[in-house]
Amino acid sequence: MPPQPRAALAGRELEMLTWTWCIPALPLAGFLVLAVFGGRFPRGATAAVGAGSVGLSFAAAAAASVLFILAPPAGGFSSYVLWQWINAGGFSPSLSFTIDALSVVMILVVTGVGFLIHLYSTRFMADEEGYSRFFAYMNLFVGSMLILVMASNLLLLYLGWEGVGLCSFLLIGFWYKDPENGRSARKAFIVTRIGDVSLAIGLFILATTLGTLDVKEIAQKATASWQVGSSLAVAVAALLLGGAVGKSAQLPLQTWLPDAMAGPSPVSALIHAATMVTAGVYLIARTNALFSLAPAVQMAVGIIGAAGVLVAGLSALTQRNIKRVLAYSTMSQLGYMFLALGIGAWSGAIFHLVTHAFFKSLLFLGAGVVILAVNHEHDIYAMGGIARKSPFTFWMFLIAAFTLASIPPTTAGFSSKDLILTLAWQSGGAGRVFCALGLAGVFITSVYIFRLVFIVFAGSPRAPASASAHGHAAGRDGTQAGAVMGIPLAILAVLCLAGGFLALPRDLGGSPYILRFLQTALPAGAIPEAPARTEWILQLISEAASLLGIPVAWLVYRRGRSSVPAPAAGVAHYLQNGWGFDWLYDRLFVRSFVWLARINTRDVVDRIFDGVGGLFMLLSRAFRWTQNGRVRWYAAGLAAGAVLIVAAVVLL
Amino acid sequence: MNAAFALSGIVAVAATVMMITRRSAVHALLYFVVSLLASAVIMFVLGAAFVAALEVIVYAGAIMVLFVFVIMLIGPESTPIPGRAWIGPSILGLVLLAELGWAIAQGALQGQPATEVGPKQVGMSLFGPYILGAEIAAFLLLAGLVGAFHLGRRRK
Amino acid sequence: MASVPFEYGLLLAGVLFALGMIGVIVRRNLLFILLCVEVMLNAAGLAFVVAGSRWGQPDGQVMFIFLLSMAAAEVAVGLALLLLHFGRKRTLDADQMKEGNAASAPGSAGREGA
Repeated sequence: MPPQPRAALAGRELEMLTWTWCIPALPLAGFLVLAVFGGRFPRGATAAVGAGSVGLSFAAAAAASVLFILAPPAGGFSSYVLWQWINAGGFSPSLSFTIDALSVVMILVVTGVGFLIHLYSTRFMADEEGYSRFFAYMNLFVGSMLILVMASNLLLLYLGWEGVGLCSFLLIGFWYKDPENGRSARKAFIVTRIGDVSLAIGLFILATTLGTLDVKEIAQKATASWQVGSSLAVAVAALLLGGAVGKSAQLPLQTWLPDAMAGPSPVSALIHAATMVTAGVYLIARTNALFSLAPAVQMAVGIIGAAGVLVAGLSALTQRNIKRVLAYSTMSQLGYMFLALGIGAWSGAIFHLVTHAFFKSLLFLGAGVVILAVNHEHDIYAMGGIARKSPFTFWMFLIAAFTLASIPPTTAGFSSKDLILTLAWQSGGAGRVFCALGLAGVFITSVYIFRLVFIVFAGSPRAPASASAHGHAAGRDGTQAGAVMGIPLAILAVLCLAGGFLALPRDLGGSPYILRFLQTALPAGAIPEAPARTEWILQLISEAASLLGIPVAWLVYRRGRSSVPAPAAGVAHYLQNGWGFDWLYDRLFVRSFVWLARINTRDVVDRIFDGVGGLFMLLSRAFRWTQNGRVRWYAAGLAAGAVLIVAAVVLL
Repeated sequence: MNAAFALSGIVAVAATVMMITRRSAVHALLYFVVSLLASAVIMFVLGAAFVAALEVIVYAGAIMVLFVFVIMLIGPESTPIPGRAWIGPSILGLVLLAELGWAIAQGALQGQPATEVGPKQVGMSLFGPYILGAEIAAFLLLAGLVGAFHLGRRRK
Repeated sequence: MASVPFEYGLLLAGVLFALGMIGVIVRRNLLFILLCVEVMLNAAGLAFVVAGSRWGQPDGQVMFIFLLSMAAAEVAVGLALLLLHFGRKRTLDADQMKEGNAASAPGSAGREGA
């Protein structure tokens, strides 16, 4: 559907247009204000601008969504062109935003969860210097993410993609005075950059072969002109997958996510749990037409996802740092989303994205409160008994843990994971293998998250009560979450409990609201409906797996880490280091590159430039000899000059 | 008379070479006088007898005598001549000679009979078209005179 | 007078000039330098006379007379200066003529001129 000219808009359309451009513009305006004036604002003003801009953006998003749902446009989407960006030789991407079911879901998640996290961080970051810098970066991030999810064409999407990558770098390295944080930020940026290059090349190919980067047009033209499985389709899909893998920290570009935990907890919650890492999932869902044209690549998506579930889950079992456990958990859950995309369950993947945003950000925010309570200690073995100290935090964290492990009282994780597993089983063949791996993943997930819960919360307090300098942000006595931090936690907990009602499994009531909604934008997969028996058998198995994890985790906790037998300790160490990927990449790529760079330090071009400088120094040294004050020398100079002039006259 | 010309030319060059390589100032001066006399003979051969006489009287007779006076006042002083130092300037001189030789060769002038130009002609030319130059030369000599006098005055 | 090739005369003047130039550069004694300057002046004058003789005009000789008077004036003043210099420095070595520095290393260029 071609974008509508402005003159023809009236009434409702105009209203939608206004809401639409407000959504990304508000956080970006917040960024500008804070970047320019932030240093001079008092804390309260900065917080108001920072969190308020996202809150207003959420209001605009809610308004646009309501309008969209109540009066859906024809074709299920509407595009709003703001202006023409490039117009060169038939290639004319414009700055235009699409409102369809997928983008509605995404903007609600981004602005909603984003607002809660901003609210939380007004208190969490209250003791830090660089308060306005933090909110400026966060607003820029939200603005870029919104551009990413609302873009009508892949070029604008890439703009948002790069923007979120930049903000991720800035925010991971927020506490820049420690060089380790800078190293982690650089690592994140460079690894995702590799993915970005892959994505860019894919965009180049698309632009040159199809002549457009508009998503809808790509879908039309590609399905019209490319064969299923043609090399062009496979190449483009593989390149897009490369970009998604980088941003979503899946194999093989997953090494940056655990190190990215160097940033503050709200950053981890917003960027590395709820939004940026889901950009890869979003990209694949958006360009599902291309992936449908390249079944081999789609299968690769599923394989990467399934492998990621297990690799990351096993790594999470052995981590000592509370946030690293959650980072590997994010990686693992993203693996589930990739798995779903791999079998063609587009809506299912997005539903899991939504529920994951709820429980994972709750986990990170709760972890933030815990970290503050124990005076910035990150090692879980140095924590303990937090449940006694901060019962509210304990309950919030527990709800999120249940959701992550998809245990029935909490419906969000249960619904979405169950949906994915059922669809995987139903799609036969490789899908069944994926389902089995996913079930194993459920068990592992349950074990690691409850291990974390037990070690951190159970027992008697180990760390001394933190009436220390750092506890102020969390309530008066330093261990309780204050109201400002507690309300977002509570809201997210409610969403965890109730989120599943968006798409309950069929045998529990069957209300696939969100799925039907998404299917106006994403194709409903060609996956047969599961017979009721299969469905509840699968549910039983997954419930058993997740419930079994609790006593196993209790056993692990009770025996303590010192009692792990020797060979297992070696394995555990290997798992703890993320399966040695860092070691491998360091040996393989980093060292050879550094060696190359060192050789190249004095390369030919350098020598040319240095040579010019050296030449001039030589000349000056030579000319210095002429300024020696000796009379005869000057006389000789005169004579030589005269000879030269005579030569010039005579010869010319 | 080519023979006279050639002979005095050789003498002039040889005397100048000797002059620039002497250690003692007096010796050099005397060699230079010889060179000047040879130049005068050349001028005479070329038919400029007037200036030949002037050369002997003024140049060799007055200017060189000034040098003699100065040497008298200063006393003997011999300075060492470094052997290596001749190389560079000699090359320079040779280059200059080459250029001049080349320029001369370009001229393609044949030897004209050397016409004698007598003192009368010189005088008429000097006080005719070149009267201004003569006046300026007089100024110059006056300036030299005054300057030398001023510089030579004994300071109290 | 018999014909003398014009070129040889000029060449002779050139040789004398070059020799004088070499002497100016090489010799260290101020007196010698002045003497060699005189050599150069004489050579120039000789060239003028040769040229004038070739064209059969008195201009060459007139020029020589001017040159002679100039040389005289220059020698007078120059020698007076030389005597003054000797009176102060007690040496006629041209290499000693740098202000405030007895060593003649090229690196001392920065210190020349008070």
